[in-house]
Amino acid sequence: MGFWITQSLNSLALGGLLFILSAGFSLIFGLMRIANLSHGAYFMLGAYVGLTLLQRGVNFWLAALAAGAAIAILGGLVERIVLRQLAGRTLSQVLATLGIAFIIADACLWIWSGDPIPLTGPASLRGAVPVLGTHFPLYRLGVIGIAAVIALALWLLVEKTRIGAMIRAGVDDLDMARAVGIPVKALFTAVFCLGSALAGLGGVIAGPILSVYPGLDADMLPLALVVVILGGVGSLGGAVLGSIVIGFIYTFGNALLPDLAYVILFLPMVIVLVARPRGLFGRIAT
Amino acid sequence: MRYAPSIAALAALLALPFALGNDYYVNLASQVLIAAIFAMSLNLLVGYGGMTSLGHAAYLGVGAYATAWLTLRLGLGPLGAGAAALAITTLMAGFYGVLALRASGLGFLMITLALGQILWGLAYRWVGVTGGDNGLSGLARPAPLGIDITGARPFYFFALAVFAVAFALVALFVRSPFGASLQGARDQPRRMRALGYNVWMIRWITFVLAGFWGAVAGVLYVYYNNFISPHALSLTQSAEVLLMVIAGGAATLTGPVVGAALVVVMKNVVSAYVERWTLLLGVVFVLIVMFLPDGLVPGVQRLYARWRTRP
Amino acid sequence: MIKRLISRALPGVLASLALALSIPAKAQNEPIRVGFLTVKSGALAAGGRQMEEGLALFLKEHKNTIAGRKVELFTADTAGQPAVTKTKAQELVERDKVQVIIGPLAAFEALAIDDYIRQAKVPIISPSAAAEDLTQRKVNPWFVRAVGTSAQPMHPLGEYAAKTLGYKRVVTIGDDFAFGHEGVAGFQRAFEDNGGKVVQKLWSPLNVADYGTYISQIDTKADAVLIAFAGANGPRFLKQYREYGVKLPVIASMTSVDEGVLKNMGDEALGVISSGWYTAGIDSAVNKNFVHAVNQEYKADPGYYTVGAYGAALMLEEALKKVNGKIEDKDAFMKALRSAAVTNDPRGVVRLDEYGNPIMNVYIRKVERSRDGKLVNAVVKTYGGVSQFWNYEPKQFLANPVYSRDYPPAKNLE
Repeated sequence: MGFWITQSLNSLALGGLLFILSAGFSLIFGLMRIANLSHGAYFMLGAYVGLTLLQRGVNFWLAALAAGAAIAILGGLVERIVLRQLAGRTLSQVLATLGIAFIIADACLWIWSGDPIPLTGPASLRGAVPVLGTHFPLYRLGVIGIAAVIALALWLLVEKTRIGAMIRAGVDDLDMARAVGIPVKALFTAVFCLGSALAGLGGVIAGPILSVYPGLDADMLPLALVVVILGGVGSLGGAVLGSIVIGFIYTFGNALLPDLAYVILFLPMVIVLVARPRGLFGRIAT
Repeated sequence: MRYAPSIAALAALLALPFALGNDYYVNLASQVLIAAIFAMSLNLLVGYGGMTSLGHAAYLGVGAYATAWLTLRLGLGPLGAGAAALAITTLMAGFYGVLALRASGLGFLMITLALGQILWGLAYRWVGVTGGDNGLSGLARPAPLGIDITGARPFYFFALAVFAVAFALVALFVRSPFGASLQGARDQPRRMRALGYNVWMIRWITFVLAGFWGAVAGVLYVYYNNFISPHALSLTQSAEVLLMVIAGGAATLTGPVVGAALVVVMKNVVSAYVERWTLLLGVVFVLIVMFLPDGLVPGVQRLYARWRTRP
Repeated sequence: MIKRLISRALPGVLASLALALSIPAKAQNEPIRVGFLTVKSGALAAGGRQMEEGLALFLKEHKNTIAGRKVELFTADTAGQPAVTKTKAQELVERDKVQVIIGPLAAFEALAIDDYIRQAKVPIISPSAAAEDLTQRKVNPWFVRAVGTSAQPMHPLGEYAAKTLGYKRVVTIGDDFAFGHEGVAGFQRAFEDNGGKVVQKLWSPLNVADYGTYISQIDTKADAVLIAFAGANGPRFLKQYREYGVKLPVIASMTSVDEGVLKNMGDEALGVISSGWYTAGIDSAVNKNFVHAVNQEYKADPGYYTVGAYGAALMLEEALKKVNGKIEDKDAFMKALRSAAVTNDPRGVVRLDEYGNPIMNVYIRKVERSRDGKLVNAVVKTYGGVSQFWNYEPKQFLANPVYSRDYPPAKNLE
């Protein structure tokens, strides 16, 4: 019994991390049709920026927000200077975003050396708590909570605000949105900043669990892609469901089928995509 | 004189080892040729077919592993092992093609990525066959037609022969009516369907063909390195070859060759002088996108044309 | 024939004449060309940097001179990729004409250039790559190792866990790749030969996102957990392990709590008992000087990679001294290298066995806080003169399959 409870909580915590990581990717792809392959690099850079702030004695939550803001600015610059010219050119976007990922990864190696460094979590969330007869780390419960808060905030933003209405209109039909006078260019920049901010924030939130090390970017990018594909791009609900499903598949798959550990995510994904090319919960054709 | 540029290029490539002198540079040239075949094979999918794959290392890797395994474990001769490896990989491409072509766009990219990652995981975990991360070593270079290609120059000429054949056949393919229908299916799939073409079949055949040429690169790769390990199947390898195609110029014949040369030289030569060569490579990619958005070859051609017709 | 004899003998005669007259011959004036294969980009770069530091310190201490000859160092970045490693080895040998190579970092890199080294006949000293078979079933006459095999320190740890710590039942978890497999296998064999039982074996993929799922599975009724991780994974695992509040003591392979990663760890590492052929805490004058010098230069304690490269350079020096700096006489140099016995290594006496692998001390270490608050691997016990075969008969050892995930078979799983 304890096994199932702990592993379910593990799945939810991992799902929470995956949601923060992939929500931004999903938003960007849904609106701008850009598969941002530097998303993993933004995540890692965010973690490094957070690390530096933590080492200077900044409060954890403040460091997370500041890292998110820093990556948002970077994302905005990239969108304005590079990606803006590449609308509709899939191959150029692949080249540009992978090139940027190379630059960020190598710059991180340069600036922060290659040593793996764990981030220190907030003091208030240290240690383990008893949960239904078993122990579970408090910080991971915190991650589930943070992810839920972010999901709620994004939902409110998309469903209840004017900007959200514009985003939805853009996701559904970009030409129509343009025709009715939505400032699409500004919207693109805003959404790219938001998506990047989520990646940077996610890097810091994940830091106490994953640590930060060279290669974190390459480890995380496929996970983001898997979640988004499974959930269907451009849908917030899809990203939530996709994250949770992947969290469960990953956690229980590794525990119950250890021989398949290296392929545990990709085997189900192939099956899902072959059966339903739009993803499990997707509504837009990719 | 349609063939004049090709003949001139071939003559230059034949003379290259003598101009390079040192074996080290000749070996580099061999690696460029192998990477070029690999990139050309992906270009069929990405450039001419409009299908962006992020799992093309699968074909190079399986071709290489199959060659090594059949030679080392089953004791097959080089001709038998090479031919069997090509057949196995092509069959696998046929199967993968059926799966991957269920989706398009980002979905296609993800299926190919997932299939590639599964093979990578298999190479890591199926130690009995693949040797795990220690890989398979001890493979000797073959002697095609009784010619010893152990040395740097003989191997270069061997690779050049394969490259020339591959280049010619790929050129014939894309200029054939089938190649035209492939590009039609890329640009106007609905119209092609309305005209009675079987778009799925066109894409599938291209997918298999890309797998076959990827396997050819794999056989050369394993004979060049005499070693194969899971790195050859990694996502990095898939991304790298995709970047070669796009940076050089997708849907052009010479683009992937130029892209392959760029990446191989950056990784192996520039890295000897520039410590942060990965960063530099990233910057080069971004600059290409910003200033020569179609890739190096079309971009330079356009600049040259503009220079010739300058007022 | 006569011409060949003269051309062979003449330089030797001239050299000894020159030596006798204390006038160095021309060859002796030229610098020794040393190639260095390391990793400067990609995920393995931290280890590569530490190797570079170890070698740079050695050269600085020796004023760039070994056995009376200047050293010219050619450094190449393999990016941690086998194909690039091969090209870089060719670059060093064919373009830069190096006479000996120190490197590479990873086992798969060493295996990728194994054929080439045999063919080019260039002496190579491995400062890090630990794959068992490189000095066991696939001995390469041009290859010697300055460090041990993956399982070399794990055999003593197995005995120590059973005999001294009194553990009966142990759970193992390691990286699911050859280095992890070999380390766990060596521990299991010695531990079970001393009456212990490995009751659960867990393997996590190298690129695992989350150890929570593995930690939750650990059989908490066991006596201890053995971890065998490399790179970032040791600290990542330990951090999460403590967060789950698991109380089992942890014993560890050398790299899991290596000084290279220990410096960024916290209380989660305290009390971990591990084994290795080195720790910055060795109490000898040689080592104290070494640790001091590394701290002066690089503000960190030396660990696996630093001492590996430093030790490789010491081994090179030892062999060169024996042949009076005449690296040009390849066969004599290689013979001297293969029989090297280094007495001024920070690790203690290091001498090579007939397979080219060191026989050296293995230290049982415990992570403690030093007086200035730094985490250190304090020496708990020293096993002297440990060979890669431990107490087993080499012939029998080599007749068995190489250590792997499945060998020795786990007979005591519950």
